[in-house]
Amino acid sequence: MYKKQQCVAMLLAGGQGSRLYTLTEKTAKPAVPFGGKYRIIDFPLSNCINSGINTVGVLTQYQPLVLNEYIGNGQPWDLDRAWNGVMVLPPYQGKNGADWYKGTANAIFQNLDFIRRYDPEYVLVLSGDHIYKMDYSAMLSDHIRRKADCTIAVLNVSLSEASRFGIMNTDEDMRILEFEEKPEKPKSTNASMGIYVFNRDQLEKYLIEDESDPSSSNDFGKNIIPKMLAGGLKMYAYPFNGYWKDVGTIESLWEANMDLLGHRPKFNLYDENWRIFSRNTPHPPHRIGNSASVSNSLITEGCDIEGIVENSVLFSGVRVEKGAYIRDSIIMSDVVIKKSGTINYSIIDEKCVIGEKCVIGRTKTADSGITVIGAGIVLDDGVDISAGEMLGSKWNSNR
Amino acid sequence: MLAAGIVFSNIHDSNLPELTKNRTVASVPFGCRYRFIDFALSNFVNSNIFNIMVITHYNYQSLMDHIGSGKDWDLARRSGGIKILPPFITAHANHTNELYSSRLEALKSVSYVLKRLKEDYVVMTDCDVICNIDFEDVINKHIRSGADMTTVVKSVELNERITEADTVYIANEKGRVKDLYVNPSNMHGKADVGLNISVINRRFLEMIVTDSIAHGYASMERDVILKNLEKYKFNIYRYSGRSARIRSFEDYFTHSMQLINDHEFRNSLFSEKNRPIYTKVRNSVPTKYMIGSAATNSLIADGCVVEGTVENSILFRGVKVSRNATVRNCILMQETYVGENSYINCVVSDKNATIRDGRLLSGAPELPYYISKDQTV
Repeated sequence: MYKKQQCVAMLLAGGQGSRLYTLTEKTAKPAVPFGGKYRIIDFPLSNCINSGINTVGVLTQYQPLVLNEYIGNGQPWDLDRAWNGVMVLPPYQGKNGADWYKGTANAIFQNLDFIRRYDPEYVLVLSGDHIYKMDYSAMLSDHIRRKADCTIAVLNVSLSEASRFGIMNTDEDMRILEFEEKPEKPKSTNASMGIYVFNRDQLEKYLIEDESDPSSSNDFGKNIIPKMLAGGLKMYAYPFNGYWKDVGTIESLWEANMDLLGHRPKFNLYDENWRIFSRNTPHPPHRIGNSASVSNSLITEGCDIEGIVENSVLFSGVRVEKGAYIRDSIIMSDVVIKKSGTINYSIIDEKCVIGEKCVIGRTKTADSGITVIGAGIVLDDGVDISAGEMLGSKWNSNR
Repeated sequence: MLAAGIVFSNIHDSNLPELTKNRTVASVPFGCRYRFIDFALSNFVNSNIFNIMVITHYNYQSLMDHIGSGKDWDLARRSGGIKILPPFITAHANHTNELYSSRLEALKSVSYVLKRLKEDYVVMTDCDVICNIDFEDVINKHIRSGADMTTVVKSVELNERITEADTVYIANEKGRVKDLYVNPSNMHGKADVGLNISVINRRFLEMIVTDSIAHGYASMERDVILKNLEKYKFNIYRYSGRSARIRSFEDYFTHSMQLINDHEFRNSLFSEKNRPIYTKVRNSVPTKYMIGSAATNSLIADGCVVEGTVENSILFRGVKVSRNATVRNCILMQETYVGENSYINCVVSDKNATIRDGRLLSGAPELPYYISKDQTV
C-alpha cells in the first residue's frame, strides 16, 4: 500500500566528488563526513523532514556501500515510515538491458515508477552535495501560488563567481527568460542551486522525450531545463538567502567546517527550529584531560583530549595524546594522534594513526595548501608530511 | 530466546529523594548522557536478551519519555522488545489494593505477564547498581549449576554504609547460599554483597510468586530465600568487574566524580569491547568551545557551549557555561545555564536549571549544593 503524496523528493546522491580525491576513494560524496558528527547527505534529508516532505528517493551509483548502510531504513531522520519514507534507488537491470545512470535526468527517468506509486502533483529534485538549511515547503508554496511548471532555487552570487554556475536570467517577477550554463559574460548573478520543483506531468513528459533523443546527455542543467524553456513552460526562479556551500573541493570542505566555529558562525548548527539529524553511534561523553587545552573548536562524543586543540573540528572517538598540537584542522572519527605530534591546516580522514612527534602540514598562510591524510593510514613516529601533500590509500610509510 | 529481563524501576527511590522528586531511580541522569536504566538495558541487549519488562510504580512519565519505543536500544521489536508495565490496580481499588514496596510484591502485581513468558530463564535487575556486566556468563553458570536462582554478588570490604543498605550472602565453596543477612549492622570484614541482579528459572519464579500471593509474603530474601535454603537451590555468582551502587545523594556525587578521576572505572563502563552503553539519541550538535574557554579534567557530552572555565566537572547535554564563569567539581545536568562571571563549586544542578550572572555558589563533597529542575538561582 502506498499513500498518495503531494510532493515526492528525489535526491541525487550518485556523484563521485572527484575533486575531493582521497576522501571519496571509498565513499560517495554525499557520505563524506562533515561538522563533527554529520555526513553531507544529512542536510538535504533533514531539510526534507523539517519541510514536511517524507517521501524521499535517494539515487545512488558511485561507491554506495557506506551511503546505503548510512541511510538504512531512514530511522535517524524519522523517514522509516509504513507507507512511504526513504528508499535507496540504485541503477538496475531491466528487461531491455542494464544501464548505469547516464545523467541526472536519466536517473530520475529510470525511477519514474517509484514516483508514480505515490501519485504526487509535484516532484522536488535535490542533490546530495551541499551544506545548507532550506525550507522546501516555502519553495513549494511559491511554486503552487505562481501556478508554475518548474521552479528553480537560485542564490545571488558575486559577478566574478557567476561564470562557475548555471545562471538564470529573469524578469522582475522572477520568471526565467534565459538559462546559461557557466557563461563567460554573465548577465545576472542568479546561480542555480540544483534544487528544482517540477509539476509531475510536465517532468514525466520531458523526461520521456529527452530519453528518446540520442544526442542528449540526459542532464537537468544541460538538457531538460533548456528544453522546457524552449517549450514555453512557466518557469520561475526562487531566491534563497541563507548559507549554501558546495563542498566539492578540499578547500571548500575545510572552509565549510570552519564556518561552524565561533560566536557568530556563518553556518549555525545550533538551531532548535531546524535541527539536523544524523545516524549516531554509541559513544561515551568526551573527556578533557588535565594537560588539555581546547579553544575555538568543535569536539564530539567519544573524544579523549590530553593535547592542545585550536580552531579545529574533531569527530567522534578521536584521541589526542599529551603534548600533541592540533590547529586549523579537521580530524575525522576514530583517529589517534600520539604524543607530541603537530597537525596544522590538515584534514585527517577516519581511523588514521599519527605516530609520536609527527609533523603534518604547515601553519596556514595565504598560499599554503591543505594537507590530507586518507582513511586508515598509519604513520610511524616522526614522519613529516609537508604542506599540501595528499596521502591516498596507495601510500605507505616505508617508501 | 533463552531469557527474558525484568527491570525494577522504583525500588530505591527513597535513597535519592532530591533526584527522584520528579522521576524514578531508573531515569536519574548519570555520566553526562545516560540514565541509570541505560546500564541495565544495555547489559540486556549486549547479552542478547531482547524481551524486557520494566516494572513501574509512580512518577514514571520521565521514564516512558526516555524509553520511547525502545529503538535506541534496538528494543523496538514485533515480538519481545521493551514493555513498560504500569502499576496494576483494579477499578475497585480500596485500601487493600495498595502499591507494592518490594520486588516480590511488584512481581505479584504483574503475575499476569509472568504467566505468558516463554523464556526458560528470567534476569531481574534493579537500577541503582551501575556496571557493565555480561549476563550471558551469569546465565550459563546458573544453568550449569542446576540452581533455581542465582544472585550476582560482589566481594567487598564491609563498612557501615554498605551494611545499612545491602544484603550479605553466605555461601559454601560450591556457591550455594547457606545464609543471608539483610542490612546486618554488626558485620565486619570481607563479604559477598548482593548487587540486586539475579537469574531465576521462569517456572520457579511463577511458582514462588503464586505461593507468595497465597501466603501473603512480601520479601524475596526473608520470606522466600531464607525459609527455603534447604528445599531449593539458591546460588551466588561472584562478579569481578567494577560496579558502583548509588545508595545516597553523596554516593551519587562521589561515583560521578569517580568517572572523571578513576580511569579504570570509566573504562570498565564505557570501553568494554562489543558492550557499549546505549542511551536515547538526542541528535545534539558537537560541543563548541569558544576562544578563551579553559576546560580540564572533565567529562562533557555533546551539545554544550563552553566559554568559561570548567574543572573536574560533568556536563550533560546542552549545558552552557558563559564567559568568565568558573565551574569546579560540579555535575550540571541537561540544559543547565551558567551565567557570566559566576563561580560554582560542588554544585549538582538538575535539568534546565539557571544560574544567574555573577552568582557565587558552593557546596562540599559530602553535601553538594543541589539546584532542582527548572529552578533559577
